[in-house]
Amino acid sequence: MERRQFLSGFFSLGAAGVAAGVVATTLPGLSFAVQAQGYRRLLILIELKGGNDALNTVVPYADPAYYALRPRIAVKSDEVIRLDERMGLHPALQPLTALWQAKELAIVQGVGYAQPNLSHFRSIEIWDTASKSDEILGDGWLGRVFAATPVPAAFAADGVVIGSSDLGPLAGPGTRALALNETEQFLRQAKLAVAGGRRGNAALNHILKVQDNIQQAAAHLNPNIVFRTEFPKNPFGTAVRTAAQLAANPSGIGVIRLSLNGFDTHQNQAPVHQRLLGDLAEGILALKSALVEIDRWESTLVMTYSEFGRRPRENNSNGTDHGTAAAHFATGGRVKGGFYGQPPRLDRLESGNLAYEVDFRSLYATALERWWGVSSAGPLKGKFATMGFV
Amino acid sequence: MRGSAQRSAVFSAAPFFAVLFLAGLGLATGTAASAPADPSAIGRDNARHLLNRSGFDAHPARIEAIAQLTRQQAVDRLLAEGGTAAKTPAPAWTAEFISPNRVRELSGAERNQFQREQIERALDLKNWWVTEMLSTASPLTEHMTLFWHNHFTSSLQKVRSGTLMYRQNVLLRRHALGNFAQLLNEVSRDPAMLVYLDSATNRRGQPNENFAREVMELFTLGEGSYTEQDIREAARAFTGWSIDRETGEFLRRPPAHDGGTKTVLGQSGAFKGEDVIAILLARPQTAEFIVTKLWKEFVGPEPEPREIRRIAALFRESGYEIGAALRGVLTSDAFYSTENRGALVKSPVDLVIGTMRQFNVSYSDPLPITLVLRSLGQDLFAPPNVKGWPGGDAWINSTTLLARRQFLERLFRVDENRMQGQMSNANLKGGEGRARLARAALDIRFSGGEWLRQFESSEGARAASSGVEQVLLALPAVLDKSDGLQGVDRIRRITADPAYQLK
Repeated sequence: MERRQFLSGFFSLGAAGVAAGVVATTLPGLSFAVQAQGYRRLLILIELKGGNDALNTVVPYADPAYYALRPRIAVKSDEVIRLDERMGLHPALQPLTALWQAKELAIVQGVGYAQPNLSHFRSIEIWDTASKSDEILGDGWLGRVFAATPVPAAFAADGVVIGSSDLGPLAGPGTRALALNETEQFLRQAKLAVAGGRRGNAALNHILKVQDNIQQAAAHLNPNIVFRTEFPKNPFGTAVRTAAQLAANPSGIGVIRLSLNGFDTHQNQAPVHQRLLGDLAEGILALKSALVEIDRWESTLVMTYSEFGRRPRENNSNGTDHGTAAAHFATGGRVKGGFYGQPPRLDRLESGNLAYEVDFRSLYATALERWWGVSSAGPLKGKFATMGFV
Repeated sequence: MRGSAQRSAVFSAAPFFAVLFLAGLGLATGTAASAPADPSAIGRDNARHLLNRSGFDAHPARIEAIAQLTRQQAVDRLLAEGGTAAKTPAPAWTAEFISPNRVRELSGAERNQFQREQIERALDLKNWWVTEMLSTASPLTEHMTLFWHNHFTSSLQKVRSGTLMYRQNVLLRRHALGNFAQLLNEVSRDPAMLVYLDSATNRRGQPNENFAREVMELFTLGEGSYTEQDIREAARAFTGWSIDRETGEFLRRPPAHDGGTKTVLGQSGAFKGEDVIAILLARPQTAEFIVTKLWKEFVGPEPEPREIRRIAALFRESGYEIGAALRGVLTSDAFYSTENRGALVKSPVDLVIGTMRQFNVSYSDPLPITLVLRSLGQDLFAPPNVKGWPGGDAWINSTTLLARRQFLERLFRVDENRMQGQMSNANLKGGEGRARLARAALDIRFSGGEWLRQFESSEGARAASSGVEQVLLALPAVLDKSDGLQGVDRIRRITADPAYQLK
């Protein structure tokens, strides 16, 4: 199919695709925008798996304490890409400066939660389920959102996770979630899924549900989109390409989750982190380019997350151990760029770790209330302040 | 005393299952005629269940043999068959450890060559284990070796030495059915583990907490049974545990050890690493944590707290004999209960190795199998992270379900009987690798007619027909009955059934 033709088809869908249930918002001033958009606005989450070292990502280069804590692995002051008089970016994030200059890159600093848990698994569970530190919740936060405010049934899927098998925030009994790597391969194989069947035990029901999701998605996805954008030739670049294809599908998808692995840098951190941040930044830039091509950059919000930041003091292996609060990125055509939250207070560490300034659920509340216009208090089990980056 | 209680439970349960079994299959007689004479014998359906859950497959002849035994005898038989060493010869290079010092001295070109060789060795190693799983006479041994690999995870991706990963696998198999306390102690000093969890760089003054955290969270107590302070203190106790860079063997470096007093879980002393391990083994949570994990592996997704405590007590009283825990789990009423039939999703190893074994599929080179396992999410020697493969329902998502279907579809394709396609998608670098893969895929053969003949018996066509499903499926088929289909078509229908993904 010709791309132009495809695009006109996409736009002609217009208001028909607006989420039926998406009207309620606790912010009256936003309700108009909300009704017009709802889940037509795409949310893309990027998980930095393993715990990203935020201090070497968004670098407090003017703080002598930073260099005192990290004599060997600190990013050198003259290599930092300076964003203001205090903070700057790791040089591998050079591709993001275009977004910063366009005022489309928000950096939220000090994101974390009270009583931080330093276990990878428990902490990502806390992030995925939006729970309190000592509270065990079964479903992902988006799973709860979609249960409360369903994604329109005509959408290809509620959400898609790319390049990872765990559904993370999308986990939930009713969520129509899909895991895939490449759209073309998915559609080739989808023919093998068999339909329906009686329900049985939990394991069988899970399989039958996955089959149903496959069939629903396969009926709606169209992979014949040709992008001019060149996607980075690494796994994250491939995932970004798949995300762009999914974003272009006319039937809609609520959320896409990408993963970038390998941030658990206990040892010899510098080269690994350099590569990961490079992959991330190039991937985000390619994502923007592709979404601009299909005119979806304005209707996409991209946010990063990770189970925790890393310990301010370097360890003896030229690496860093598990930490707490961290900086995260939000970007998109409607994002109001700049710094949010609070810069790291290295003079006020708690047990050697940073205190948090912004509850991570504020990021979620922002996406829910201000991006989708759905109520957040129910699914997030509490009222969290929204932030002004969208 | 426990034995007699067990026997009477079996006695009353056996007829119930026999009825259920026959009703489910729509069989009037037939199997009943050849039912075991001893009333406390577990019977065929339970035997099939035990074999599939403890190993990977259930051959009709094995089912017949196990069916005659009691629950206790059946498990004793499986444990007695257990091994401590692989029969498959290891790749020759595993005898040699390549010192990182030597690698450092390589020139650029030599280093590239070295890295290519490492990739090939990684495949060799995976193929070696796959071959052992495909051919072993004790699938339980390999299942438990895999269980411990998933418990005491290490990954080639970080360890970067096939030799160290091989040695770790040998260690896991040696104790797979042995003693957990000994296994834990040896794993803590295992060089692959020392690299994987950074113990090798854990030194006095600047401890690396990685091992100390995971030994509590993932190896013994489970999350929530210790504090961050316990981890910091324990990390100090493990300082100085390192590796000899020339031989790749465990080495204590006394100057790097922190000899000061540590307080771990309320106990204080100038602890060394082994003291912390002894403290962890003395906690009741450890036995409960391991038994819970065994339960989820063998019994079902919902551990029963009372049963866990009962079996954990047996496990501790035995001095952490793994056989004691397995006996408890595999003879429990819950293991044989109806609600736990087909309640577990087959892992990729269960599905792929199990199917290859169950159908006597012949092959010349295990490479395609190794790569299928990877595409289904179980890349041996390379679990995704320190917590291992999450397992259970998480094995199945849209990607992996479709890849599972494709594997089975290709394996049983009537017109070709060969494994092209899925295999050639694998991203092997270089023409040589692709050619090898293509050859290997052509050599994977399944003889449907021969396989089905073992079900033909004097009991008549209908009994034989049900016999196939009865052996292959843990739950009744979800799709339409396969009765009308003949030969490989029937096998394809049954293996395409969602129920075939369950065990």
